[in-house]
Amino acid sequence: MSVVTPRQRVLEEHRQPHQIPDEEKHSTNRKERVIEFIIKLCGVSAIFIIALIFLFLLREGLPALTQVAISDFADARWYPIEGKYGFTPLLFGTLLVTAGAVIIAVPLGLVTAIYLGEIAPTWLRDILKPLIEILAGIPSIVLGFLGWLVLAPLIQKAGAPTGLTALTGSLILGYMALPTIISIAEDALYAVPKEYRDGALAIGATRWQTIWRVVMPAAKTGTVTAIMLGIGRAIGETMAVMMVTGNAANINNFQANIFLQPVRTMTATIAAEMGEVAQGSTHYSVLFAIGIVLFLITFAVNSIAARIVGKQSRSRGSSL
Amino acid sequence: MTAERRNNIATILITLVAAVVVIPIVFVIAFVIIQGMGMISWEFITSAPTNGMREGGIGPALLGTILLTLGTAIVAMPLAIGAAIYLAEYAPNNWVTRQVRLAIVNLAGIPSIVYGLFGLGMFVLFLGTGTSILAGSLTLGLMTLPVVISTAEEAILSVPPEFRTVSLSLGATKWQTIRNHVLPHATPGIITGVILGLSRAAGETAPILFTVAAFYLPELPKSIMDQTMALPYHLYVISTQVPGMPTEIQYATALVLLLVVLLLTTFATIVRTIMRRRREW
Repeated sequence: MSVVTPRQRVLEEHRQPHQIPDEEKHSTNRKERVIEFIIKLCGVSAIFIIALIFLFLLREGLPALTQVAISDFADARWYPIEGKYGFTPLLFGTLLVTAGAVIIAVPLGLVTAIYLGEIAPTWLRDILKPLIEILAGIPSIVLGFLGWLVLAPLIQKAGAPTGLTALTGSLILGYMALPTIISIAEDALYAVPKEYRDGALAIGATRWQTIWRVVMPAAKTGTVTAIMLGIGRAIGETMAVMMVTGNAANINNFQANIFLQPVRTMTATIAAEMGEVAQGSTHYSVLFAIGIVLFLITFAVNSIAARIVGKQSRSRGSSL
Repeated sequence: MTAERRNNIATILITLVAAVVVIPIVFVIAFVIIQGMGMISWEFITSAPTNGMREGGIGPALLGTILLTLGTAIVAMPLAIGAAIYLAEYAPNNWVTRQVRLAIVNLAGIPSIVYGLFGLGMFVLFLGTGTSILAGSLTLGLMTLPVVISTAEEAILSVPPEFRTVSLSLGATKWQTIRNHVLPHATPGIITGVILGLSRAAGETAPILFTVAAFYLPELPKSIMDQTMALPYHLYVISTQVPGMPTEIQYATALVLLLVVLLLTTFATIVRTIMRRRREW
């Protein structure tokens, strides 16, 4: 390679622009700037869209606060025809069904992730992972339909007064949240350096000891994220829950086992009632207000999960 | 109990739990196929429901879902691919970019019913589209964005940086480089992302409840300003709102919906596998 002297380089730089005809260069430049501008717009569009969603929820939902006294939202009854907009039964329904789903899905999901990541032979993992992706793809309405037609009668047969209960909802929801929990937990396990495992095994630990004492602690933040996103998924689910929980907004007569009573969630309330309300009525605004609450809950859950992931990747970046 | 023994017991238990999770998936799909297969015929998937939906087929609902899926693609693709190019190629590592990424995570987390409310408030009422295919496609399109953006960005990032360096060093501009030497290699991955997003949109019910879905509408839509029936909502209607509904029709409808979604997912997976095999680097 020949050495380029500074003088040659200056000459080169001065000569180069003149090789391309001026007009053509200008037009490429302008075209390129327009394209890059459009791409940048698309890039930041996500922020605008989320702001727009929130604005429209506020626009339609805030009037509810002027039309219904705050104390009325604390009412134990949700009975819009009589102007009762008690929010507690809906919140209770959502929390109960979500809690049940989490209790079911988190242990199953984490253990399945451990199986896939640490125990399953490669050929089996190659079969199981697409299967779990398929589960993630099954429309919630199909699972709701099966819950309604198959699971609910089974639960009734098992001794519950009705098959449409919080438990039925939790089972379906938990099943639906599994793919989310499994895939994120698996990523977390995968991110644990292989040296940790080799080190533990080399000093005589069994595979189980390695998983329990070395891999799991190292993957802790990832598993926490998995759980949080699973919760976020469960809170927002609508159709399946609406079909199998019985939709009774009632917290006055508790069953001995609260999971065996029909409940109504926030999402199901919106889905079931929005079609029948007059636009601009109090009921209409209150349904949007429920939407605001759902938006804020999922926003908080996802933002916290994203922050945990961000911290984790940053700390890993600095330590390695 | 020795450590050895504990290890064996733990392994067995973990395997059992994994089986409890995975086996029902096979069971659920097999069950729907067995229960629904009997009804499936060309006539069933093309003819309109009759006799209060208790007889006839699901033609209008299937067509509605196909139209909505196409509409979703038209809305989501340009925006999502643009955003993915921005994030992969242009975005500086700064506060704004972090907010964009956070916004995408949050868009993915917003419940589908809230998208439905937004679609009702913004498109149906504020922009005056009425309940229409247009409003439904816009709502589903926005809901699909995050999935498509993330997969498309991954596809673009997987193109080796050398491709860019070489192209730039030969005097191509940044956009020429992206257009001619990055996007062609990322296309299969982007397509995978788009189809995955569409498969999710095709099965969704909550976002279309107030924006497009018709309870019963045997006529086919004539323009994008018309309402239409859609498979997921139709399944909801015939399983909970119509008394005396024959279960074979319910299962057959569920099966067709499942097949539409699974075909899209399988297609996406095949594209991805072929892409990985074909990769020259």
